[in-house]
Amino acid sequence: MSDAIISVRDLHKWYSGVHALKGVTLDFKRGEALGLVGDNGAGKSTLINILSGVHRADQGEIKVEGRAVSIATPRDAMDLGIETIYQYNSMVPTMSIARNLFIGREPTRFSVLGVGILDQKKMAEESVRAIANVDLHLRSPDALVGELSGGQRQGVAIARAMHFKSKVMILDEPTNHLSVKETNKVIGFVRGLKEQGVTGVFISHNMHHVFECCDRIVAMARGEVVLDKRIGDTSIDEVHGVL
Amino acid sequence: MKRLFKTYLEKPELAGLILLVLLIILFQVRSHGVFLNQDNLRGILGILPEAGLVAIGVTILMISGEFDLSVGSVFALMPMTMAVLMVHGWPFPLALLAGLLVSAAIGFINGYITIRFAIPSFITTLGMLFMARSLTVVVSGGFPPLLPADLPNWLFTSFVGPGNMFRMSFLWFAAVALLTSLMLSRTNFGNWIKATGGFLPAAAAMGIPTARVKIVCFMLCSVLSGFAGMLQVLRLGSPLPSIGEGMELQAVASAVIGGASLLGGIGTVMGGIIGTTLIRVIDNGLVLSHVDANWFKFAIGFLTIFAVVANAWMRKRAKAIKMEG
Repeated sequence: MSDAIISVRDLHKWYSGVHALKGVTLDFKRGEALGLVGDNGAGKSTLINILSGVHRADQGEIKVEGRAVSIATPRDAMDLGIETIYQYNSMVPTMSIARNLFIGREPTRFSVLGVGILDQKKMAEESVRAIANVDLHLRSPDALVGELSGGQRQGVAIARAMHFKSKVMILDEPTNHLSVKETNKVIGFVRGLKEQGVTGVFISHNMHHVFECCDRIVAMARGEVVLDKRIGDTSIDEVHGVL
Repeated sequence: MKRLFKTYLEKPELAGLILLVLLIILFQVRSHGVFLNQDNLRGILGILPEAGLVAIGVTILMISGEFDLSVGSVFALMPMTMAVLMVHGWPFPLALLAGLLVSAAIGFINGYITIRFAIPSFITTLGMLFMARSLTVVVSGGFPPLLPADLPNWLFTSFVGPGNMFRMSFLWFAAVALLTSLMLSRTNFGNWIKATGGFLPAAAAMGIPTARVKIVCFMLCSVLSGFAGMLQVLRLGSPLPSIGEGMELQAVASAVIGGASLLGGIGTVMGGIIGTTLIRVIDNGLVLSHVDANWFKFAIGFLTIFAVVANAWMRKRAKAIKMEG
């Protein structure tokens, strides 16, 4: 499979006796928007947490662009080009947009042992560009994230992932708690990923949202993949049927 | 008005600063000009660095989302450690190093236990408050040891500057204030501190080593407190085991009056310093204006509650305005 950007083979995870992932095997194809659906406890969050470095798999193999990798921390995942946007929002509300864009990856003018002076000019310039690139219109990169609406925040999170040239963007329930208008905006962002050559993994409870913006749908139940089809070859009813 | 609120959100220490200026004017008038004369200012500036250094540490730790109640005890333990070692023939620089290491170790223990066992730092450091105070009395053997005569007071407590306005301790304080302020606002580490205290899950998800960030803040807070305790002992000339009692709460009051949020993420070093100065100014000003000095604690208490209520209100207003605009 040369077109798989991430392939997982026989992934297992136990949480204090609960077998949360039972041998998941899945290929994430380059440039594809994949919708991951399933009920609470189906294992989709577990799978995503393993890919984004929050948890480690107990067994199984992960390959990124054909190379076997070990993802131990969120930073490892980011360095591999896997960026995750969480439902609870991966932004610090008390900090400015520019500062949020670079959390943990701040450009410094010089540094000793990883600690250095921030290059604030670069941060301001690049954040303006990053925000404009995702078609988000904000007055100033100095505005606090706490002042933004939920949809705008997800927009900034997506801008951040794009700016750091992520290859795979995992969106974990990004439309929860958003208004209809805001949701449409986020769905627009997911559609836009394809044009930028980014693989999207879109997790949602809402089947309509998934069908609206994904190319392929993977359904999980009880720790296993129970359905894996192109959007055109299946229907909402069929997916509901297997869950 | 809109402008004011906006500035406020960016500079949470502003309210404290305005209050400070008002109080200075009030005390200057009430004391018939004595408050701002050279001798009185010398008095205030001479002891400000001690409480100020503690407040800087507590403020930074608070921004990272944690809390330290043991600073007053470390304030006493550090110089006591030094004094006992010097009685046993240790030279001053080595004793200083040992004292700072003891302080750093206490900060590390505070941070490690808090994070490893996921308990509130309020509890960890409350325990440490008693333990470090007890250790101070134990190592002193009940009697404050005599300090050697040849201490480098010229480096820490001698008066310097035009008209001998400042003690050397003030220069140390100013240098620490400048460096920590720059660290918080201009370095990536400062960004991590604010992110860790502002919203821990996001900071962790973005790959910030939040446990390490917090432990470093705990250690910095302890080291600054210990250093401040040494300054006070050098100024007084004797290592009393009771110094620094009640200091932890005054330091928290300073940070809060200076605009720091108890929830973390918000605050500035300058705010902590303004808060400390306010407390010192009230302490001194009440006496000079012939008000019963027992009102001091009342004033500090009132100010703390007032500051938090005012901050919460202003923050809400500022937010509402920005949403509309």
